[in-house]
Amino acid sequence: MLIQHTSRGLYCPAGDFYIDPWLPVPRAVITHAHGDHARFGCDSYLCAAPGVEPLSLRVEGIIQLIGYGEQISINGVRVSLHPAGHVLGSAQVRVEVKGEVWVVSGDYKREPDPTCAPFEVVSCHTFITESTFGLPVYRWPAGERVITQIYEWWSENAAAGRPSVLLSYVMGKSQRILAMLGEYDELPGPVYAHGALQQMNEAYRRAGIALMDAPNPVSVANNTDVFTTALVLAPPSAQSSSWLKRFKGCAVGRVSGWMRIRGRRRRLALDKGFVMSDHADWPALLTTISETGAERVIATHGNGSALTRFLVEQGVCAEAWTDKEWPEGEEQVQ
Amino acid sequence: MKRFIQLYLELDSTNKTSRKETALISYFQDAPPRDAAWVVTYLIGKRPRTAITAKHVRMAAIEAASIPPWLFEESYEAVGDLAETVSLLLDDQDRTTSGTLSHWIEDRLITRTTADDQEKVTTLRGWWDELDQSGRFVLTKLITGGWRVGVSQRLITRALAQTFDLPVDIVAHRLMGRWQPDDGFYERLTASDTRDAEAGKPYPFFLASPLEEDLATLGDCRDWLVEWKWDGIRAQIIKRCDQVFIWSRGEELVSEQFPELVAAAGALPNGTVLDGEICAYSKESSPHPKVLPFNELQRRLGRKTVGKKLLGEVPVMLLAYDLLEHGGIDIRGTACSDRRNLLAVLVRNINQDDTISISAEVNGASWDEFSTLHQSSRERLVEGFVIKDRQSPYGVGRRRGSWWKFKVDPYTIDAVLLYAQRGHGRRASLYTDYTFGVWQDDQLITIAKAYSGLNDAEIREVDRFVRQNTIERFGPVRSVNPTLVMELSFEAIQRSSRHKSGIAVRFPRISRWRRDKKPPDADTIETIMALLPSPKR
Repeated sequence: MLIQHTSRGLYCPAGDFYIDPWLPVPRAVITHAHGDHARFGCDSYLCAAPGVEPLSLRVEGIIQLIGYGEQISINGVRVSLHPAGHVLGSAQVRVEVKGEVWVVSGDYKREPDPTCAPFEVVSCHTFITESTFGLPVYRWPAGERVITQIYEWWSENAAAGRPSVLLSYVMGKSQRILAMLGEYDELPGPVYAHGALQQMNEAYRRAGIALMDAPNPVSVANNTDVFTTALVLAPPSAQSSSWLKRFKGCAVGRVSGWMRIRGRRRRLALDKGFVMSDHADWPALLTTISETGAERVIATHGNGSALTRFLVEQGVCAEAWTDKEWPEGEEQVQ
Repeated sequence: MKRFIQLYLELDSTNKTSRKETALISYFQDAPPRDAAWVVTYLIGKRPRTAITAKHVRMAAIEAASIPPWLFEESYEAVGDLAETVSLLLDDQDRTTSGTLSHWIEDRLITRTTADDQEKVTTLRGWWDELDQSGRFVLTKLITGGWRVGVSQRLITRALAQTFDLPVDIVAHRLMGRWQPDDGFYERLTASDTRDAEAGKPYPFFLASPLEEDLATLGDCRDWLVEWKWDGIRAQIIKRCDQVFIWSRGEELVSEQFPELVAAAGALPNGTVLDGEICAYSKESSPHPKVLPFNELQRRLGRKTVGKKLLGEVPVMLLAYDLLEHGGIDIRGTACSDRRNLLAVLVRNINQDDTISISAEVNGASWDEFSTLHQSSRERLVEGFVIKDRQSPYGVGRRRGSWWKFKVDPYTIDAVLLYAQRGHGRRASLYTDYTFGVWQDDQLITIAKAYSGLNDAEIREVDRFVRQNTIERFGPVRSVNPTLVMELSFEAIQRSSRHKSGIAVRFPRISRWRRDKKPPDADTIETIMALLPSPKR
């Protein structure tokens, strides 16, 4: 086994390194800078060069960078990183020993995203795929369509004098929305952002990603009347905070793949859910698995057992590494 | 159909009742009466029988999505709603929906057919092909029911009243009873002449407040009328214009569910309104009827029709405790004791049997005596006392001071979490429905299911525990390592041959999570059996 499933995370014994370990280890290869993949406390980190800005907000220690597709050797194991299309700097990890190739997908999506490089299919013998949304009910509408829905919802609220508060993840989703809204010539009102987003927006800008003209920090507004036509971006945790009170009579929406399920949206007492995810949906999981040409598929994170049972029935050699619950993903909602 | 789908989306896209009401009003303002009649029918939860059923929905979805049945079930479990699962599994497509709602329902959904299952599946798939994702969801909901869109009968009633400028209780009254959603129905529902509904109008119920203090704090016990607090359904029985109406506290007209009460109330003079408790009772225990526990009465509830057999097995009676209208005059402003005297005379005059009886006064010479009697509440199958100021008028709603309820404390036991199942609707995909066990010798046997009592943070914690401590999965149910101990509260306890433990408890809920206890500290079945009331003569 080139890669094993251990109590600290995925481990490559031949190269003596971990991939996205959830406990401190000497050497970690990081697929991307979300909190459930990039943990504090390792001695050294290896990541794809475009991901250095967000990663250095999350961890300390030595960060080694390589370009996408660049091959290095770790204790005789050939290692390279390839775009995963998930968020800025996200990577699949390709590991090769004596001609045998394994790929760890990390989190990925196949949809275009203006804030990161598109997913690249990497041929391999064994493909370790995420399966956060591993059920056929998870199918994403096109991103363009969702942005239009957000735009229309915001326009409607602005016309009625209601602030639109949009909850989305601090890293990745928020910048994707900002970048996509930036393509409109005219917007229904001003855009504000919760303080927690400012740092990440700056990191994206330093990395050369064109976001919409700086959204104003909420704190600079000296008068709450300015919010009546505004779109306010905030992390999901803001929903239950008193911070939200300043947006009187606001409509609250959330952007997440989980919003595909009405019950989840209703449980969170949201007015509106927008179905946009940075993960692969069911069709994308199946397409990707088939395109890698892998002889063997291992599913981690999420509903791996349904995905692999389905694959096995289709004649694919597949198993789920779900004996331990995976750390809760960035996308996990309560 | 298109307009209805839009209404549904509007209702679903806000969490605020006021905005749901606005959406309903704007729909009722311009909807064709026939469509509007169907919308009222469905949204208040009355669903006509359709040839195509949930079974065909499943079959068609499995076929259309080309997935194995187990994967459909796994998806359903994650989604927690059948119609929604279907709409999410099929390819989304842009479609302009044509045809009115009443056409879809009357000419398609409810038409009789001799088609076999496979033909029905084909028909349904054809309909789905005409619709986009939200259209499929709405159509499938018309088959499966359960809108889960935060619209209650009250909200519908309010929206109709607003739209047509009618008093709310008039609309509520017109929505009661049996009707068909035809043109005439909607016309009657929205008619501005309200004389039709006056006869059946109830009074707002007066509610007792919980008494947290000692009985003695009420002062002289002779100033108070003490009654048993029956464990039944609060109701008003109205006799006006030779008609009988029975209203439950939920502003629901329940006359049809209690034909024996309607018959008995026929003997009341016109212009009479009684307030009391509907209880199940046993006819065998003559000369005095014995009130049965609530779970017997429950067999009579929520049915459209009550069969002869059930009428014989679970007869009901009204234990009347107040008179609100006498000889056509509203006497709510007179003193409680005067109303009660009038009530006693009235009940005595009509009585052929016990179907309408007076709820007897509890007699005591001091609060100490009352306290002793209160302790016998459990054996008497009552919830405690209701205590009324003899001089007080009949008020509106819950106003502290003149009516008190003095309940017995609930039973509590410590039990171990054994099984968990995912919830539905807003609790979809979270493990929120729990089964608990207690010790019998060295085994844990199930004693009760409880769905409520934990806060959101605790639910998430238990959800995580369940996922990480699953022993076995049986369909949607997981058995878990017996580790968590919870304190359960319940109101009553009975022997039951239907439960493995031999015990049935009433209204079990989680009162707290006993993090300080381990499974060996949980209760045994023997200690719980000891709680069973010993029948009192």
